[in-house]
Amino acid sequence: MAKRSFLIPGVDKRLLIKDSIKTMPDVTRRRFIAGGASLGALTLLTGCDVVDSSSADALLAKISKFNDAVQDFIFNPDALAPTFPESAITKPFPFNAYYDLDDAPEVDGEAWKLEVRGLVDNKKSWTLPELTKLPQFTQITRHICVEGWSAIGSWTGTPLRDFLKLVGADTRAKYVWFQCADKDGYNSPLDMRTALHPQTQMTFKYANEILPRAYGFPMKIRVPTKLGFKNPKYVVSMEVTNEYKGGYWEDQGYNSFSGS
Amino acid sequence: MSSLTVTDEHISAKPAKVIQPVWVRVMHWTNAFAMILMILSGWQIYNASPLFNFSFPREYTLGGWLGGGLLWHFAAMWLLMVNGLAYLIAGFATGRFAKKLLPITPTGVLHDVRAALTFKLSHDDLSVYNYVQRTLYAGIIVVGVLIVLSGLSMWKPVQLHWLVTLFGDYPTARYVHFFCMAAICAFLVIHVLLALLVPKSLRAMIIGR
Ligand code: HEM
Repeated sequence: MAKRSFLIPGVDKRLLIKDSIKTMPDVTRRRFIAGGASLGALTLLTGCDVVDSSSADALLAKISKFNDAVQDFIFNPDALAPTFPESAITKPFPFNAYYDLDDAPEVDGEAWKLEVRGLVDNKKSWTLPELTKLPQFTQITRHICVEGWSAIGSWTGTPLRDFLKLVGADTRAKYVWFQCADKDGYNSPLDMRTALHPQTQMTFKYANEILPRAYGFPMKIRVPTKLGFKNPKYVVSMEVTNEYKGGYWEDQGYNSFSGS
Repeated sequence: MSSLTVTDEHISAKPAKVIQPVWVRVMHWTNAFAMILMILSGWQIYNASPLFNFSFPREYTLGGWLGGGLLWHFAAMWLLMVNGLAYLIAGFATGRFAKKLLPITPTGVLHDVRAALTFKLSHDDLSVYNYVQRTLYAGIIVVGVLIVLSGLSMWKPVQLHWLVTLFGDYPTARYVHFFCMAAICAFLVIHVLLALLVPKSLRAMIIGR
């Protein structure tokens, strides 16, 4: 199989970019939470700088941890994300990442292997043909972005919980931690209860076509009970672990649980 | 003689009755603070993916970037919700809502709006809300409930999918949330203006009488 250079079959790239431009992250805004400018409004209201930004950051981080616990508490492992008919699918489905479409990883499907690490019985790496032989299911669900927009798409693949069972994962562990092939090494932890949710999927197809480069070829983890950034693309490894290893966006301040 | 003086003082102190009980004042200012945090951080979140063809000026947003805005929003929401819930319970339980906000009749509202626009609305008795006040306050309480419910349905669209259904779907809940915010901002402008026009009402909301 040659390197996959196509982005999304049948979709005009310019149109896709135009469609997603408003959802693109503004690079300058990262790693900057309650800095001076952000408190401009409060300062304006009170006429003085009332909030010491580092203690505000610490308090906000604490409340975000509290929100993780609340979300874990109300998470119902049997509650399914609503599914939709094919007619509801958003076209074109937007591309969104911290990098531009042209910088999206180009993974060689022949050379690619999924590395399986951590608290599992069988640590063998999996090739794409081996993985795609596993039983697959299709689900049409709403992808909800942390930015507020949402889009309905169709994803096909193997339930992650079936794969975890297959490799003999210790499902009492706290997290499954994913690493990706993009330039900065995207990574993200998924709590075990969500990893075992029936709709959490190792995805190999989008709209019944082999997963296009834009959407994460060769493998994406589709988690309809999480915000979009907790759905890693171009996945190269998964690790079953009790350790909280952080994540690309989580480390910058996005709420770690970010459940739907 | 001296005992008479004491009694006199006692009597003259009485008419300055409490107009706004302390629980209303505390909850009102807590709410105002939480609302403002929610609005400013909400504008930050809005700017990440605007629903309409405009963004809010950066200087009027909280958090510095989307992640920071979200942290503020999901922190202040607890203050807003806990305080709002306590206010609703107290408002119904003490009979304050029934006594101060009802009835609201169309003729009453029309009459008082006309009077207000010609500056003939009387504010002699601050303990009785006129029909303009009743309408604005009852209305904003409903909007407050709606903005929390639409917000919750966007926060947990899977766990609370029945709540999303109440609004139709996820994108509709987003619009409802936005328009509730717009209504609160409009209310805030009118509300602050009216409070400044009748400063003794502002005093009553601060010191009670
Ligand atoms: C979005 C924020 C705000 C909301 C939702 C809000 C809502 C309300 C409500 C529902 C009441 C009636 C309370 C009751 O009788 O139980 C009230 C009264 C009052 N509010 Fe606010 N308020 C807000 C912000 C402010 C601000 C910033 C001021 C400062 C000027 C203010 C000044 C007053 C005053 C003076 C009263 C009593 C006025 C009267 O006698 O009619 N409020 N407010």
